[in-house]
Amino acid sequence: MITDRDGTDRDDTDRDDEVAARLAAPVEDGVLARLHGRLERAAEQEGLLDVAYTTIDSPLGLLLLASTPQGLLRVAYAVEDHDRVLDAIGRKISARVLRAPSRLDAAAREIDEYFARRRRTFDLALDLSLSAGFRQLVQRHLPEIGYGQTRSYKQVAESVGSPRAVRAVGTACATNPLPVVVPCHRVLRTDGTLGGYVGGSEAKSALLTLEAAAS
Amino acid sequence: MKQPFERIVEQHADQVLRVCRAVLGVQDADDAWSETFIAAMRAYPGLPPDANVEAWLVTIAHRKAVDATRAARRRPQPVGQLPEQTASAGSGGPFASAGSSAGSDASACAESGLEADLLWEHVRALPDKQRQAVAYHYVAGLPYAEIAEILGGSADAARRASADGIKALRKFYPDAMTKGAS
Repeated sequence: MITDRDGTDRDDTDRDDEVAARLAAPVEDGVLARLHGRLERAAEQEGLLDVAYTTIDSPLGLLLLASTPQGLLRVAYAVEDHDRVLDAIGRKISARVLRAPSRLDAAAREIDEYFARRRRTFDLALDLSLSAGFRQLVQRHLPEIGYGQTRSYKQVAESVGSPRAVRAVGTACATNPLPVVVPCHRVLRTDGTLGGYVGGSEAKSALLTLEAAAS
Repeated sequence: MKQPFERIVEQHADQVLRVCRAVLGVQDADDAWSETFIAAMRAYPGLPPDANVEAWLVTIAHRKAVDATRAARRRPQPVGQLPEQTASAGSGGPFASAGSSAGSDASACAESGLEADLLWEHVRALPDKQRQAVAYHYVAGLPYAEIAEILGGSADAARRASADGIKALRKFYPDAMTKGAS
């Protein structure tokens, strides 16, 4: 909006609105999507794409997938709030975060196959940078629990050589940055009840039902 | 807190493209947009969290546009593409001083009926300072003080350049003229 400080030129201001409106009109559909794709490729080529992400549909709702050049970094349920998840990634890993689905092609395909009961183990490079210490140790061991099987928090604590760290195993499962792919859903309470889950207990029981039906 | 870069792209992609179109024309805007955002992504981790992102992006786009314009001036102009005046441009209008192939681009746009593209060619035909001031104020929405930072000179000079540029653009919109005069 032009500011005529003396206010003498009202007709000019009216005409400016017409021209200014044309200058401010959004660009035509499709152009920005094409340019975004070009930016994704250039960022990847120039080594600037620290974190690529996409979202995919799943039987458990929209999943966010994020990956660094090292591997899959994050799988997030919608209940985790994808905007907040991306904020946290920006803070902890790098602010150079771009929606760039092509890096997630393999992960998206394997997760689709898993939900279609055509895949039992994931063959993906993982980046566990979002967890550290004991939590990361537990998360590294979780894939040892086979498809369709379950363990108790206590058994997992024993398997990582810290039999008294049952509560810490619970925390490690609850903060698993890679649910579904790192199978924290296969860890239950000693009495067989579900225990907590990052995607909610319905998601946890849905995954267990899916694996039980297939095995 | 610094936002994930994707959000910067979401929020500013459209505006930066229009700035590039205003300064360079539709043909060269895509390249300038791409170079602007890749440069921005490279520099993003070092950007202070309280920075004015819009002004920062426009400053980068401005530099890319200046580079592109210099490169274009070094390229020989094709003989077959001498500027032609279109009916809407009018003889002796801003295109006469454009010095580039803006005139022929404008006639090509007019022939293909792309009215929006034609607007950008009109803007592109303005003298440098007017074109930039119009782009950064009317398209990017920056205050004149910020524009003075980018272009050098005073805020008043930026305001005058912008007003002159808008005045020249008005000639291409007689409907607006009629409405304004009534």
